[in-house]
Amino acid sequence: MSNRNGFAARDRAWHPPALAPLYKTSVTRSPRFAPIGAATSLSEDTGPVFGHDILGPRDNDMITNFATPGEMAIGPRIIVQGRVIDEFGRPVPHTLVEVWQANAGGRYRHKKEGYLAPLDPNFGGCGRCITDETGRYEFRTVKPGPYPWPNGPDDWRPAHIHFSVFGQSFAQRLITQMYFEGDPLIWQCPIVGTIPSREAIETLVARLDRPGSLPMDALCYQFDIVLRGKRQTMFENRMEGM
Amino acid sequence: MNRFKESPSQTAGPYVHIGCTPNFSGIEGVYPEDLGKKMITDDVSGQRIAIRGTVIDGAGTALRDALIEIWQADAQGKFAGQGGEAGFTGWGRSPGDMATGEFVFDTVKPGRVPWHNGQLQAPHVTFWIVARGINLGLHTRMYFADEEAANAEDPILNRIEHKSRIPTLMAQPEDGGYRFDIRLQGEGETIFFDI
Ligand SMILES: [Fe+2]
Repeated sequence: MSNRNGFAARDRAWHPPALAPLYKTSVTRSPRFAPIGAATSLSEDTGPVFGHDILGPRDNDMITNFATPGEMAIGPRIIVQGRVIDEFGRPVPHTLVEVWQANAGGRYRHKKEGYLAPLDPNFGGCGRCITDETGRYEFRTVKPGPYPWPNGPDDWRPAHIHFSVFGQSFAQRLITQMYFEGDPLIWQCPIVGTIPSREAIETLVARLDRPGSLPMDALCYQFDIVLRGKRQTMFENRMEGM
Repeated sequence: MNRFKESPSQTAGPYVHIGCTPNFSGIEGVYPEDLGKKMITDDVSGQRIAIRGTVIDGAGTALRDALIEIWQADAQGKFAGQGGEAGFTGWGRSPGDMATGEFVFDTVKPGRVPWHNGQLQAPHVTFWIVARGINLGLHTRMYFADEEAANAEDPILNRIEHKSRIPTLMAQPEDGGYRFDIRLQGEGETIFFDI
């Protein structure tokens, strides 16, 4: 008998709706039909597992992982750490966390990026790590800059780091963005604004952790991520065993 | 009772390839290779197939900034980590072709997997699609148009009210494998699932 009996339903009123016209690109990329509710099966309850063997020693250090040996990326040095847990508060151990971001000037290392701020020759912009036993992750980087983007005539993204998290099941797969405490641009951004409630937005704002900072080295930010949780009831298990 | 809300989703944005397929996006030397590029890593049983397709928006334009991931059983109907064959990861990730946006997965045709009540599902591949303009990753399933008998008894397909939309989940056989185009909106809009 397995305890794998599906996930707590996704609260779609908490997430951004598919169609959010102030974020213009969503207009042609949002399905018009409602998604069809379906029970999860093994196909969604399982998912890929990544071992520590895929990680290089500097994968979680964006200050040096693209830099010429002996050099470092330019910008305010920060450590970002936190826990990955599920909706029931259980830690999500051994799961892959991938991050990407602009450099300290707000410029991405990408062919289609047209912002006039310069590239940093020592900054690539990608990092990854795997959570430990207790769901903790950590990486080091430079604080990304805000940047303008083509949406309205003068829209700016607040400083942010993109996160991709796997969890233990394909149903938990999540991409989101982390913002920084105190940034006034958070409340002016049409992408942030796709999230319906202030309460939900605040869960994406990392807190400055002064005691966690490394003196004369790096400030620390705390950012916890919550993935969907697997329901566990004995009644459902009994049904499943029929 | 201590309950937490799931972290709200945000779009993957236009630069998702930097984080998820950096070598593809020209950021080389950080990771040895992009994850999910190879699904078959050793000898495996079953029929080798290529799954090709594009993700198309409501204006009929192919997306070139999407990230497509798939998860599937091996030819015996077992998942990696759950008794599946050692040479098969079951997980693929594609940034799509730089010029056309077409994704391709070199994989095997999956076997049948039991549903939660023990009934066998038709062979299928689970898809997850993210991109700029997609606010919450889209889950869908690809079935095989040439598996008529299995499809007819599939528990998920049988629960779909609008039968006229079922063909949007069917991959069509083509040379070397199957084609599965995903339409985000408009005529022939693909069925997405709230799982
Ligand atoms: Fe961004």
